[in-house]
Amino acid sequence: MTLQQEQIPAQQDKHAAWRGRSEQADAERTSAELDDAEAIKRLRERSRRLLGSMIRPHKQSIAALVAILVGQNVATMATPILVMYGIDHGIPAVTDHGDYTIMVVIAVAFALCASLEYVCVRLYTVQSARVGNTMLYALRKRVFWKFQRLSVSFHERFTSGRVTARQSSDMESIREMTENGVDDLVLAAMNVVTITVVMLVIEPVLAAVSLLTFPLMLLLAKWFSRVSAIAYRKARETVAVLIVYFVESMGGIRAVQAYRREERDRDIFGRLNADNRFAQAKGHQQNAIMAGGMRGIGHLATVVVLSFGGWQVMQGNTEVGVLAAFLLYMKRFFDPLNELVQFYNVLQSATAALEKLSGVLDEEIEVAEPERPRTIEHPRGELRFDDVTFYYRDDKVVLPNLDLHLPGGQTVALVGATGAGKTTIAKLVSRFYDPKGGAVTLDGVDLRELSEADLRGEVVMITQENFLFNGTIAENIELGKPGAPRSEIVEAAKVVGAHEFIDALPDGYDTHVRKKGGRLSAGQRQLVVFARAFLADPRVLILDEATSSLDIPSERLVQRALRTILADRTAIIIAHRLSTVEIADRVLVLEAGRIIEDGPPEALIDSGGNYAELHRQWEASLV
Amino acid sequence: MRQYLHSYRFRLGALWTMVLLNIGAGLSVPPLVGAAIDGPITDGDLGALWGFIAAIAAVGTLDALLNLTRRYFQTATAMAIEADIRDDIYEHLQRLHTGFHDRWQTGQLLARVTVDLGMVRRFFAGGLVFAITSTGMITIIMVQLFWIEWRLALIVAVAAVPLFLIGRDFFKRFLPAARAEQDQSGEVSSAAEESANGIRAIKALGRGPLMAARFDKEADRLRVLGIRKSVIAARSWSAFGAIASAMLGATLVTGAIMVANGQLTVGQLTAFIMLQLNLLWPIEAAGWVMAHGNEAMTAADRIYEVLDTEPDIRDRPGARAVDRSTVRGRLAFEDVRFAYDEGGEVLRGVDLDVRPGETLAIAGKTGSGKTTLVSLPSRLNDPTGGRITLDGTDIRDLQLGSLRQVVTTAFEEATLFSMSVRENLALGRPDASEEDLTEAVRVAQAEFVYDLPYGLDTRIGEQGLSLSGGQRQRLALARAVVVRPAVLVLDDPLSALDVHTEELVERALEQVLKDTTALVVVHRPSTVALADRVALLHEGRIAAVGRHSELMETSPAYVDVLSAESEEVAA
Repeated sequence: MTLQQEQIPAQQDKHAAWRGRSEQADAERTSAELDDAEAIKRLRERSRRLLGSMIRPHKQSIAALVAILVGQNVATMATPILVMYGIDHGIPAVTDHGDYTIMVVIAVAFALCASLEYVCVRLYTVQSARVGNTMLYALRKRVFWKFQRLSVSFHERFTSGRVTARQSSDMESIREMTENGVDDLVLAAMNVVTITVVMLVIEPVLAAVSLLTFPLMLLLAKWFSRVSAIAYRKARETVAVLIVYFVESMGGIRAVQAYRREERDRDIFGRLNADNRFAQAKGHQQNAIMAGGMRGIGHLATVVVLSFGGWQVMQGNTEVGVLAAFLLYMKRFFDPLNELVQFYNVLQSATAALEKLSGVLDEEIEVAEPERPRTIEHPRGELRFDDVTFYYRDDKVVLPNLDLHLPGGQTVALVGATGAGKTTIAKLVSRFYDPKGGAVTLDGVDLRELSEADLRGEVVMITQENFLFNGTIAENIELGKPGAPRSEIVEAAKVVGAHEFIDALPDGYDTHVRKKGGRLSAGQRQLVVFARAFLADPRVLILDEATSSLDIPSERLVQRALRTILADRTAIIIAHRLSTVEIADRVLVLEAGRIIEDGPPEALIDSGGNYAELHRQWEASLV
Repeated sequence: MRQYLHSYRFRLGALWTMVLLNIGAGLSVPPLVGAAIDGPITDGDLGALWGFIAAIAAVGTLDALLNLTRRYFQTATAMAIEADIRDDIYEHLQRLHTGFHDRWQTGQLLARVTVDLGMVRRFFAGGLVFAITSTGMITIIMVQLFWIEWRLALIVAVAAVPLFLIGRDFFKRFLPAARAEQDQSGEVSSAAEESANGIRAIKALGRGPLMAARFDKEADRLRVLGIRKSVIAARSWSAFGAIASAMLGATLVTGAIMVANGQLTVGQLTAFIMLQLNLLWPIEAAGWVMAHGNEAMTAADRIYEVLDTEPDIRDRPGARAVDRSTVRGRLAFEDVRFAYDEGGEVLRGVDLDVRPGETLAIAGKTGSGKTTLVSLPSRLNDPTGGRITLDGTDIRDLQLGSLRQVVTTAFEEATLFSMSVRENLALGRPDASEEDLTEAVRVAQAEFVYDLPYGLDTRIGEQGLSLSGGQRQRLALARAVVVRPAVLVLDDPLSALDVHTEELVERALEQVLKDTTALVVVHRPSTVALADRVALLHEGRIAAVGRHSELMETSPAYVDVLSAESEEVAA
């Protein structure tokens, strides 16, 4: 780690001390987001490409939308012309000759224009919403699927709050762009081009003089583009941090209330809120400067044209009428520029969001699915670790050159102190991580060569996490086997001994578990998760401290069930309760990533080693 | 909303003054230009022209500066108000009872403090200003129109009738459509949040594609609702534009006839129509402003839905503060009942007396109500019947903040936050000294924290996921110990520890518990060793109370719950 990285301001700031120091300096960024100029340029490039890929499928619709806008523009532009024509020609015809033909023609033309405008506005509004919403929908889907495929290690540093920020606040910023102002942009751009041409035609010299202000406008726009990119990029970050904090402190509200952390939380949230407020305001304020500047340049152009034109008129080079018309057109040139400035603002904000999203979409998937997956012909559930090395951080090897063979159908218990590598073995078998060296194979096939669907069909892990999704108990169990009929769900619950408590709930299997299963106790959640895994019916089952929250009667039921369920399956059990270990065919005692004892539990107890000691302590605790 | 505007009234007043000055400055440039053309340029008076040019330059600069300053501070003010409201929503959410939070998905709450609030802010900073200025402009123009020719002006005024009718219809249809879209947007956030939170569970089962399909459904619904909303908007927006054009056509034709009949001069008609042209844009934009206004209204409704929810658990009138130093710690449950909203009592009359300094264990089968019971003493839930007293006072008559200072609860599931270890440990006592932390770490056998890369300053991941279950649980226990409460409530605090560590923790805890009243949910005989007495909770009632050895002899139900004996037989 370089000196520069260590002095991250956020970590030096005493107000940010609560965050603590993370192992990686920029843990929550995607690898695309670095701070150097080169990376930022690439990021911009990437966000443009992303925008391009979003637009591409809708090229035809967008062309149609532009055509509709041209139609609308023609209709609105025609109105004043018709009015003028009516006054100049229609009225004299009526007063002088009593001839209503021109007026009738104008009235008809008016009706046509109004109808055209009506149709165009209606069509445009619906069609543009259709394109915009479909584009956002596609982007949301892409981002979601990408997050689903990114590895567990990515998620552990990125945090769920940040995922939520990408899917809510960043998407909202893009939605703002699609919903507001694209039509203003096109209309204003058309207007600017038309008026420029008209000005050049009616008075080239004056037009050239007024165009002198162009470089000024470009400079201003360039300045805004540069500074607002930085400002909005920062704003995306501050809002993400705010969201992460919000999501976490609301998710853990029980702990917040039980420990009276409200005030401290409010302090921190208030500070993050203020940070975000100033970051958000900055871009908008830069936009205010640009808008004001544009207005000033408009007035400057008027002054220049008026002085030069006035002098020309006095010299007899130009007519007063031409100058007057020219000045009117100039006003119509500068007025819509305001719309362009507004749109530019929304665009810059959306671009910053696109940068963040493109960072996610381009993030390399550490645990990737194989391009040409192999299939297992006859699954037996045989697992093999071939010279497997693994570490989370380079300087701390968790598993050094592990060789291990688990024949199909064997139930193996892993025993050892915290940090011995038990959970790491479980995570490697369920491919949450890939080994840094060597290979883990299932029935002779490297896990890296199996398709996600095949692997997950064969290997299922139950962890101590007991995560329940928002929904009913039945829905949560059904996740093990989507589409399973109620009878199978109830059967699975009965097998693990969850049926009794579920049945006793007022709504039974249709009881809503509420957020993160808050309606149930930890033990009840564990039973539901068990039922879910049993319903999945995998060949290899991994239980990582999956029984720790169960009370003794429940554990007894689960164990009885395990004996039948695991009879023809490979199982890896990690448990500090040796009652769960006792059902194993084989026990492995781990120490610092190495196997120091290996054998059937009875044999190990008799041999008088580490396991025997553990077992003795366990027996003693059972009084 | 008014209270927020009120606290910024001077700033808002200054802003409106600037708006008016800005309009004045902007409007005075064209007449000056006109006067310059009609005067010096036509007359060929170069000197006078310079005077006009200087005046235009000065007014133009003023206009640009006013515009810039106004927008600059308008943004600052709008953002400040938004941040204030966000802080207040956050504070209110913190006060809401856990029952509320169990029911509301985090994504929905998040949408309210971000997207919805943003909509309200944008309307106040953009749409509302526009609406007010254009209303003013329309009024001025209408007065001028009536001044020129009241009969023609009536035609213009009549157009207000269909505009009003369409507007009313728009309100009726657009409001629910905007609301539906916002609700769905919250659902999409929730789906994203939940799938990130449960990523390990999803991956372990390989349910990524299933989750993607579900998310897809939510996102698609959002798409459909977004389109539906704009179909409604399109109907009125297009009608607005058409009515404005039709109105113009009608005045032109009528005006022409009036001119032909000598009731009006061509000049008057021209002036009339020139003015009327200025009406087109505000009328067309009215649809857009109304849509934004509607969205801001429904967004504000969504925000107030949360702000108007009263916390179920709050101080009773006349509640008094409880002083830690005078608390003896006698905790009594008197006929305590509890039922979740679905009905069906979980606790059916619990009577229990925990003596000061005593450690009482609660045992019971899954579903017997243990976890519910331990959520009551610190008032995370309130009983639906009966009462709980601390030293003889109903805990609902004690101030909530001070009660929770005296009664601390540690849950089985250790909720750790993405913060430093230190911050996590000092959660319940921000002013804890280094010695307090060290002592708590020792008691909980959590010395592993010193081996983390930056010791106590290491950020532990979301929910402390890079730590093992046992490590997390030890941190959660240390956190409870740091508080040094008079009453400590622990929900199976040692379940994820191995036997050896558990023994060490228990030995260290004994010192802490010596003068602390403790209520401990236990699942294992080894944890019971902590307790002076054990209470057996059975079907929502206390079935037996006594010492472990007594109960083992007298209560078969207790033996069934807590003894490994029968299991040994099965093995």
